[in-house]
Amino acid sequence: MSLILDKINYYYGKGTAFETAALKNISLTIPDGEFIGLIGHTGSGKSTLIQHMNGLIKADSGSIYFNGQDIYDKDFKMTELRRKVGLVFQYPEHQLFEATVIKDVLYGPTNMGLDKLKAEVLAYGSLRAVGISEDLLDASPFELSGGQKRRVAIAGILAMNPEILILDEPTAGLDPMGRFEILNLLKAIHEAKGITVILVSHSMEDVAEFAERLIVIDDGEIKYDDEPRKVFAHAEDLRKMGLEVPQCTELMGRLADRGLDVDRNCLTIDEAVESILNGNRRK
Amino acid sequence: MVNFDKVTFEYIRRDEEGNVESINKALDEIDLDVKKGDFIAILGANGSGKSTLARHINALLTPTEGTVYIEGLDSKDEDNHLKIRQKTGMVFQNPDNQIIASLVEEDVGFGPENIGVPTKEIWERVAFALDKVGMTAYREKSPNNLSGGQKQRVAIAGILAMKPECIVLDEPTAMLDPKGRREVIETITELNKNEDITIILITHYMTEVIGADKIFVMNKGNIKLSGTPREIFKEVDLLKEYQLDVPQVTEIAHRLRQKGMNLPECVLTVDELVEALATGDRG
Ligand SMILES: Nc1ncnc2c1ncn2[C@@H]1O[C@H](COP(=O)(O)OP(=O)(O)OP(=O)(O)O)[C@@H](O)[C@H]1O
Ligand SMILES: Nc1ncnc2c1ncn2[C@@H]1O[C@H](COP(=O)(O)OP(=O)(O)OP(=O)(O)O)[C@@H](O)[C@H]1O
Ligand SMILES: [Mg+2]
Ligand SMILES: [Mg+2]
Repeated sequence: MSLILDKINYYYGKGTAFETAALKNISLTIPDGEFIGLIGHTGSGKSTLIQHMNGLIKADSGSIYFNGQDIYDKDFKMTELRRKVGLVFQYPEHQLFEATVIKDVLYGPTNMGLDKLKAEVLAYGSLRAVGISEDLLDASPFELSGGQKRRVAIAGILAMNPEILILDEPTAGLDPMGRFEILNLLKAIHEAKGITVILVSHSMEDVAEFAERLIVIDDGEIKYDDEPRKVFAHAEDLRKMGLEVPQCTELMGRLADRGLDVDRNCLTIDEAVESILNGNRRK
Repeated sequence: MVNFDKVTFEYIRRDEEGNVESINKALDEIDLDVKKGDFIAILGANGSGKSTLARHINALLTPTEGTVYIEGLDSKDEDNHLKIRQKTGMVFQNPDNQIIASLVEEDVGFGPENIGVPTKEIWERVAFALDKVGMTAYREKSPNNLSGGQKQRVAIAGILAMKPECIVLDEPTAMLDPKGRREVIETITELNKNEDITIILITHYMTEVIGADKIFVMNKGNIKLSGTPREIFKEVDLLKEYQLDVPQVTEIAHRLRQKGMNLPECVLTVDELVEALATGDRG
């Protein structure tokens, strides 16, 4: 299920006085089975980029290949791409539309032509996985709390069993444990089914802990595309782009600067505790 | 400034014929007392009742039982609503939904104009508010081209121009990048210190509340814990039961203490832990 983006350019308001170049010459290869984090300042182009990946936005120039096929070919089946590349929108309100929670989550699998029973198994299973309790199933999705809406929106896409799962700030508005549970759920699905996950996030802590590859976008251009540990070694540069390093990474850098024998590149709490107790083994 | 006396609120769901289908008690006999000039923070799981509580403070909702007083004004009396809304302003999560006008200065002036403030005074208030949030340079720019953090500061300026005594912020940083989050927290901290504006901040980012005077922890419509940040964040395990967490450095220090290191009981900032580890006796 590889996805290749080749020299993508995209402008909002092309030809008007408000023309903005949102993506500038983006090239990316997304092979099978990676867990990718995508970070960048507000307005850097993250949402614009991922909407290219399932064909919701068409590039002004450049090509996108899904399993080798050019998605802008007139014979290419866009519906097929939308089904296989599941996208959870940044704002749940843009995604939720049915009268009840359960109807909303059933919509995807039903629309894919699954029979009622299969669709229900997928829908109930996804809602349980994201922590929506049964008493909310018949509520209107618009009468839920912010975090509950977010969870229903995630369940709706999970229920479609996508092969590439793209989530636009899925943990914004989730409580801390819910955030952790959803990220662990994504990790479990990624590991069990080998699907590619692309996680857009403003939480440096989350991508440091969960992503295997981290892409940094700044004003529509890719600035880094590397292992998280290597990316977070560039603290100053990231700050200039409106970003940060995880708090534990900042702590360890400061301790190393004070001459303590610790690993300044720790990315998680576990690593930091281990390194403070046992010194820097990574050297 | 803000007083809740045994406030209960129920969301009642009715079917098409108007029959009651379900009753959801979102607030359960809440008592709350916020003094003028306080900076308070509200934490709690998704669906625990934070936004419902917030909407009572500017009379968007009124109690099913009990009473809310804003500077002594009972919110049940509709004649008080205009006065209450002048005293308390709300800032929400999504910066884009809060911007109305096509120029920053018009956006900030919209509120005062709406309540009939004379034109000359409107411009004075706009200048004052933009100065306070550090956005004077963007006065004649279009809000659409601002970063998320800048948009939220404009939204806060719009509230400030109404000369409120209290600002309620319901997850104002949820959609922002790290720099935007820092800007918003710095801005409200300064407004609290320099203008003596009462701040009520709802957030899922634990690091944002360490500067609050007092934190309230909600769970299932109740206030379960209240205290200073240090009193609250030393309850590492209890907070997790309420779906919450502590800042990463607090967790690291907590784990190091469990391993026998001699550290202060509740560390809240990177600076504190660096000092403790770099200069102190490490057990
Ligand atoms: N519908 C639109 N019309 C015009 N300009 C737009 C539109 N949507 C986005 N833009 C602009 O395109 C650029 C990229 O926006 P995009 O939404 O992709 O950023 P983002 O990285 O997802 O930001 P955020 O973190 O705030 O979600 C920004 O400058 C934005 O203002
Ligand atoms: N408009 C509504 N109609 C019916 N029930 C609602 C409505 N809004 C919220 N609720 C319910 O009331 C309870 C409290 O919701 P509230 O929005 O106050 O939670 P919250 O603490 O702000 O959560 P979050 O962190 O997810 O924003 C939840 O069980 C929710 O489902
Ligand atoms: Mg976005
Ligand atoms: Mg809420």
